[in-house]
Amino acid sequence: MLSRVANSIYWMSRNVERAEHMARFMEVTLNFILDQPDSDVEQWGPLVRATGDEEYFATHYGEFTSGNVLQFLTFDRDYHSSIDSAIRYARENARTVREAISSEAWEQLNEFYHFVRDAASDSSGMPDATFYQDIVKFSFEFNGTVDATMTRDTGWHFGNVGRMLERADKTSRILDVKYFTLLRNVGDVNTTYDDLLWSSVLRSASGFEMFRKRYHSLTVERIVEFLILDHRFPRAVRYSVQQARSSLSEVAGPVPDEQNEALLRTDRLLDRLDSLQALTIINSGVHEFVDWLQTSLNEIGDAIQQTYMAARPFPAAVLPSPSQTQMQSQ
Amino acid sequence: MALCLLCPVPELNWRTHVLTASMTDLTFHDYQTEDFYDETFAANGTPRHGSELLVNAINNLPASELRARQEAISKALLKMGITFTVYGDESGTEKIFPFDIIPRIVQAYEWQHIEAGLKQRIKALNLFLDDIYHDQNIVNDGILPREILLKAKSFRPQCVGINPPRGIWCHITGTDLIRHNDGAIYVLEDNLRCPSGVSYVLQNRMVMKRSFPNIFADSRVRPVIDYPAHLFATLAHLAADDSPDPTIVVLTPGIYNSAYYEHSFLAQQMGVPLVEGQDLVVHDDFVYMRTTEGFQKVDVIYRRIDDDFMDPKAFRRDSMLGVPGLMQAYRRGRVALANAPGTGVADDKVIYAYVPDMIRYYLNEEPVLPNVKTYVCEREDDRRYVLEHLGELVVKAANEAGGYGMLIGPHSTSEEQAKFAELIKADPRNYIAQPTLALSRVPTMVGDHFEGRHVDLRPYILYGRTPWVLPGGLTRVALKKGSLVVNSSQGGGSKDTWVIAQAGIAPEDPKETN
Repeated sequence: MLSRVANSIYWMSRNVERAEHMARFMEVTLNFILDQPDSDVEQWGPLVRATGDEEYFATHYGEFTSGNVLQFLTFDRDYHSSIDSAIRYARENARTVREAISSEAWEQLNEFYHFVRDAASDSSGMPDATFYQDIVKFSFEFNGTVDATMTRDTGWHFGNVGRMLERADKTSRILDVKYFTLLRNVGDVNTTYDDLLWSSVLRSASGFEMFRKRYHSLTVERIVEFLILDHRFPRAVRYSVQQARSSLSEVAGPVPDEQNEALLRTDRLLDRLDSLQALTIINSGVHEFVDWLQTSLNEIGDAIQQTYMAARPFPAAVLPSPSQTQMQSQ
Repeated sequence: MALCLLCPVPELNWRTHVLTASMTDLTFHDYQTEDFYDETFAANGTPRHGSELLVNAINNLPASELRARQEAISKALLKMGITFTVYGDESGTEKIFPFDIIPRIVQAYEWQHIEAGLKQRIKALNLFLDDIYHDQNIVNDGILPREILLKAKSFRPQCVGINPPRGIWCHITGTDLIRHNDGAIYVLEDNLRCPSGVSYVLQNRMVMKRSFPNIFADSRVRPVIDYPAHLFATLAHLAADDSPDPTIVVLTPGIYNSAYYEHSFLAQQMGVPLVEGQDLVVHDDFVYMRTTEGFQKVDVIYRRIDDDFMDPKAFRRDSMLGVPGLMQAYRRGRVALANAPGTGVADDKVIYAYVPDMIRYYLNEEPVLPNVKTYVCEREDDRRYVLEHLGELVVKAANEAGGYGMLIGPHSTSEEQAKFAELIKADPRNYIAQPTLALSRVPTMVGDHFEGRHVDLRPYILYGRTPWVLPGGLTRVALKKGSLVVNSSQGGGSKDTWVIAQAGIAPEDPKETN
């Protein structure tokens, strides 16, 4: 597969996943506030902080009001990670690889794009929780369409790598931001909290019900265990990185596996996660852990770009064209 | 899309009173052909042969139903992303190329005539290209004046002496045809470079089949769906004999090109990679593409990028879109290009005037499809006539496209005419003139009724083992009343083109397909 095409599919998937997570953040926060009408400012600030782009926000918006934060994270076309920008990038990426993805996937993403554009040009006020639920649903539909219509070829696998790395990153950010607002002042990590507080963390990751099936009652330790280290919950960091690794195993690289930085780094991260326990993470600081995790994920992302997608000088490895292979075998 | 500007006729205001208020039911009962050749109705108002089914079906369909279907089609096109971007629009507005649901119908016998004419023309043009880049017999024998060839801007000295794979230069052609008031079909332009629009032909057909399955099935319309398969076979034919399974790619200038949608559509339909210049690299005069697994050799390139931008080493040095060294790889026969570089010379409007002579010269046949009467200003008699009749003629610069460098006599001021008179006298080689034509019309939905709108037709010809003509084509329609400008940026739209199958008239000679 063309390196440029692999790159576009990778970023298409990452951006759809990014928009979905932005929507999750806001939907959960909006619902949370309905139950806690007094805590407006306190809830919105951390969302901005989790993006790491507080400076941009301070310059362009100032106060952490719901209106400001929703505008920033939803419709700000100049902010690269707003839902509007992410879906626009995803669609631009898809447009450059329309021949490499299924028509169904393209049409679904195109509809997604028009849905966001229509909402952005609707002047009747900020969207409500329903809008963000719709965004999540569009993202589910996109992923479902991709999975149901595309051959598990190189293109699909690079898309899956992008999706899974973005998901691992965003799930860890959810934990980071909610830990900051809800859980950090709690002395005893084994205290059971009321549903409202902790369920918002899990709901951000669609993990509330799945968690309940597994653990029934909630503790911070279990939440960290579930969102970071779980092997089976599809939005857990450990699970997502493992999925990315599986897809990387399915695509042939330009260098032998033992020299492939993308594979080596991913394996290193998985080994590290396997050696950790939730309590260790909490004791050494959730925020510090998430910082480290995001750095590791970024390094994997960079290695993927360098290994499979960056322009290399000629010749690294010349593949015989199919016809030549045939000639040789005659 | 590179769309041409067709010659407009004066607005016929005195006719507007015929359009009475009774036309609110979306039927053809009050439809007026006025004084134009109408593709659907004869002058006496009866449907032409082959249009009866469609006319009856539309007349019996509730108006709301028809309108709902037209809206559904527009929505489907938007959903499929069959759009073009409006340049300079910050909000990223995308528009669909407007589509009208009333198809243009082409009779079997008429198509047979068109098909024969196009095949003949493309054979002659291919022989012409091969001749002028080798011995130039047509010049030596005095058929085409040497100075006309030498002054053709799109003549490429880089192509002299090149022997393209299988001797074919123009693999993909989209010829613009028009029908005049006299009922005859004329060739307006040949478009041998990178003709676009075929994706609209296929997509228009798809939405029409969804919207009118019954009328469609009963009308015995010939399919266009196999175009990508024919295109693939045409390209595969160019690969060297020892490449039974060649690597074929489509080369696009990129996402900001207005025909990008078509490039990706064709690549997708053929199941081949869509590449940009940055994806290709020439090494040791072989062409490779950069893949996730390393470099892979490329055998055939369907390039949708102009000669000028294809290879900065051979053509424009400032091109960022091209592939350095591509031309040398081509020259050495290590990669095939479709269309061949240098074919644009046949798009020169002065050279166009000589195509009928080429047909006689190379094939020893009379042209099946006539050219539009063309005055070549380089010829003294022609020039005198043109200068005396600037107010009636359409004057075109030889190497411009898209309506630039053009004088539309009946719509021009005396200052503009004076300016063109000077331009012609200063550089007669660069100008031709043609009579102002009244293009034929097809009924088109206008608000709550039908009105005739002017159309042209662009069929597509593939030259593989032999020339093959797609039974259909892009019917472009000037949606503005009285307008003859079918350009998508100036209120143009498109229609499905139905070529009717008929027993006895073989849809295709099996020997001739590739």
